[in-house]
Amino acid sequence: MVNQLEIRNLHARIVDGETILNGVNLIVPKGQIHAIMGPNGAGKSTLGKIIAGDPSYEITKGDILMDGESILEMEADERARKGLFLAFQYPVEVPGVSNANFLRLALQAKQGGEVNMMEFYGKLQKALKTLEWDESILTRYLNDGFSGGEKKRNEIMHMMVLEPTYAIMDETDSGLDIDALKVVAKGVNAMRGPNFGALLITHYQRLLNYIVPDAVHVMIDGRIVTSGGPELALRLEEQGYDWVKELAATAS
Amino acid sequence: MSENILVEDIGNEYKYGFVDEVQPVWKAEKGLSRRVVEAISYHKDEPAWMLQFRLKALEIYQSKPVPTWGADLSGLNMDEIYFYAKPTEKRDARSWDEVPEEIRRTYEKLGIPEAERKVLAGVGAQYDSEMVYHQVREELQRLGVIFVSIEEGLKHHEDLFREYFATVIPPEDNKYAALNSAVWSGGSFVYVPKGVKVELPLQAYFRVNTAELGQFERTIIVVDEGAEVHYIEGCTAPTYTTDSFHSGVIEIVVNQGAKSRYTTIQNWSHNMYNLVTQRALVKKDAYHMWLDGNLGSKVTMKYPSSYLVEEGARSDILSIAFANTGQHQDAGGKLIFAASHTGGSIVSKSISKGAGRSSYRGLIKVYEGAKHVKVNVECDALLINEESRTDTYPYMEIEDDTATVGHEATVSRLNDEQIFYLQSRGLPEDEAAALIVRGFIEPVAKELPLEYAVELNRLIELEMEGSVG
Ligand SMILES: Nc1ncnc2c1ncn2[C@@H]1O[C@H](COP(=O)(O)OP(=O)(O)OP(=O)(O)O)[C@@H](O)[C@H]1O
Ligand SMILES: [Mg+2]
Repeated sequence: MVNQLEIRNLHARIVDGETILNGVNLIVPKGQIHAIMGPNGAGKSTLGKIIAGDPSYEITKGDILMDGESILEMEADERARKGLFLAFQYPVEVPGVSNANFLRLALQAKQGGEVNMMEFYGKLQKALKTLEWDESILTRYLNDGFSGGEKKRNEIMHMMVLEPTYAIMDETDSGLDIDALKVVAKGVNAMRGPNFGALLITHYQRLLNYIVPDAVHVMIDGRIVTSGGPELALRLEEQGYDWVKELAATAS
Repeated sequence: MSENILVEDIGNEYKYGFVDEVQPVWKAEKGLSRRVVEAISYHKDEPAWMLQFRLKALEIYQSKPVPTWGADLSGLNMDEIYFYAKPTEKRDARSWDEVPEEIRRTYEKLGIPEAERKVLAGVGAQYDSEMVYHQVREELQRLGVIFVSIEEGLKHHEDLFREYFATVIPPEDNKYAALNSAVWSGGSFVYVPKGVKVELPLQAYFRVNTAELGQFERTIIVVDEGAEVHYIEGCTAPTYTTDSFHSGVIEIVVNQGAKSRYTTIQNWSHNMYNLVTQRALVKKDAYHMWLDGNLGSKVTMKYPSSYLVEEGARSDILSIAFANTGQHQDAGGKLIFAASHTGGSIVSKSISKGAGRSSYRGLIKVYEGAKHVKVNVECDALLINEESRTDTYPYMEIEDDTATVGHEATVSRLNDEQIFYLQSRGLPEDEAAALIVRGFIEPVAKELPLEYAVELNRLIELEMEGSVG
């Protein structure tokens, strides 16, 4: 079995609409954390949502494989139960549904049976402690009226409780203050290990000071145009995307 | 005739649709007539004044036209309805052992005796036209709490009964209140004496088994000064291919400083016309809450109302309606302010699924001279599918300009982004949709006792099966 999340020559468009991904190739081995950077509108979030199974996009070519198995035919919930997780760029508000209650249902769905309440409570406590957060967030309605930063932190809390094998974090750092950024990085680093792979979508090199990636990829116009180590993020920070865009233009 | 009626196969959506092997011991002839009314009165061995009252009400009923302003009632044919079916000779059994076995088994299936032992202060069970069981905890009886069938109330507490009967809702009120006044049978008579706080709810459970039967229960609840009570009503029926009819009248008097709640979880089968008049008279510094959950029926027309008649009276009306394909839930509430410094709110949450239709119909009336009334209305509609429908009919008659009136209405559709978000955490699509609906009604559902909130959630999950995608 190949222990990796593989995106193979992925072409995708909005259902009956515009094409957004033009042949994405990407491999995230289990145990590693990769970063994706790229200008606004490059298709980063779309890639994240497509991996998670968003039905508003359709795949016209290529494949997505989790540990060697294609997940294209699976619905989003089935992918999640197999160990995939997407921390949303814009977490969705669900009024009337308590945060903890929802998490319990999600964990229950994943485990395929009643969750042990003590165990569940333990997981919550551990996540809250790492994220230096107050219990009161548990009884609030899911993302309802949360501040931008609270929403992002809550996504990481969900991730820590659901313990996915592969996580995609879409701009989790955007909207976080300096202290919150450190705390969230602590949460992600706590997940790090041989059984966890992650794809961080970010605009800022700063996050990568706290979560040092194994690789950095740059996406432009729905394609990965170059990859490298953490130093690539530093170069983008200094020079912007023009040089990569040129690279992309010559490549195509 | 009833043997020929087939039970409609609707899959497992409505799990109470089973028919019991129970034949009534006596059934009136089909249709409505003076003779039928006389027969009902005769079978109840009533005083003469009640028969006179019934016959007068029948005339009023016959003189009023079928209302056309609300749901479509054209399918309701009074000639095809039995107006009275007596399930057993014994009314108001005090122990379940005294209830005929077949009937008892039905209530066991519905979990009533178990709930009675665990979480209720008393239970009344109506089967077809009569209350077959009625019991209230002994310590409450000792405190003077009366919880008996309406018939026993008339028989054993006639003075008290006459003091309140038809005073809150006279037969002239509307066509179906008049009909109920003519043919009423079953329902509860509740009296909570001064200062007595009934901690656990009293529950009445209504079951219609006989096909094409109309059920016309009549309930009187009197909560005396400083007393407290919570009355819960539940109901189910088999799913026949022919329609049934339920038309209750509920009169509540909440005396000074008293607190009461009336909760309905209406889960009739989808062949039921459900036209109910329920009204509370709320006195000085008293409080009344209506919590009205309408999930079942083919047609519901039901607008619980509170009349705030003395200073400091308050009332909240919380309403949940779920209309699936083939159902029209025309629900809402009325708050009538006739005294100063009174207040209240209506919160209505409706869900329409498939080709289901829900309507909010509400009235806020503030009489001139009723000073500093505060009232707020919020009605939210959620549409699950393209063909789902909702309408809002909010009426406001504000005659005093010291009133503070708030009104907010929203219509939303089941949101794909919400579904995907929940699904991406592992919940199957149906469950995600049901969870969103549960969240939508949470502001109302959280007022329910835990067991009922759980039951409501379960019912909503059943209704939401196969709803999306
Ligand atoms: N559902 C959609 N409907 C219409 N346009 C869409 C949709 N999804 C994506 N797009 C378009 O596809 C392009 C890529 O969007 P995407 O959100 O993936 O970009 P991004 O790389 O995440 O950008 P950012 O850095 O600003 O978050 C954009 O032009 C966007 O407007
Ligand atoms: Mg994005």
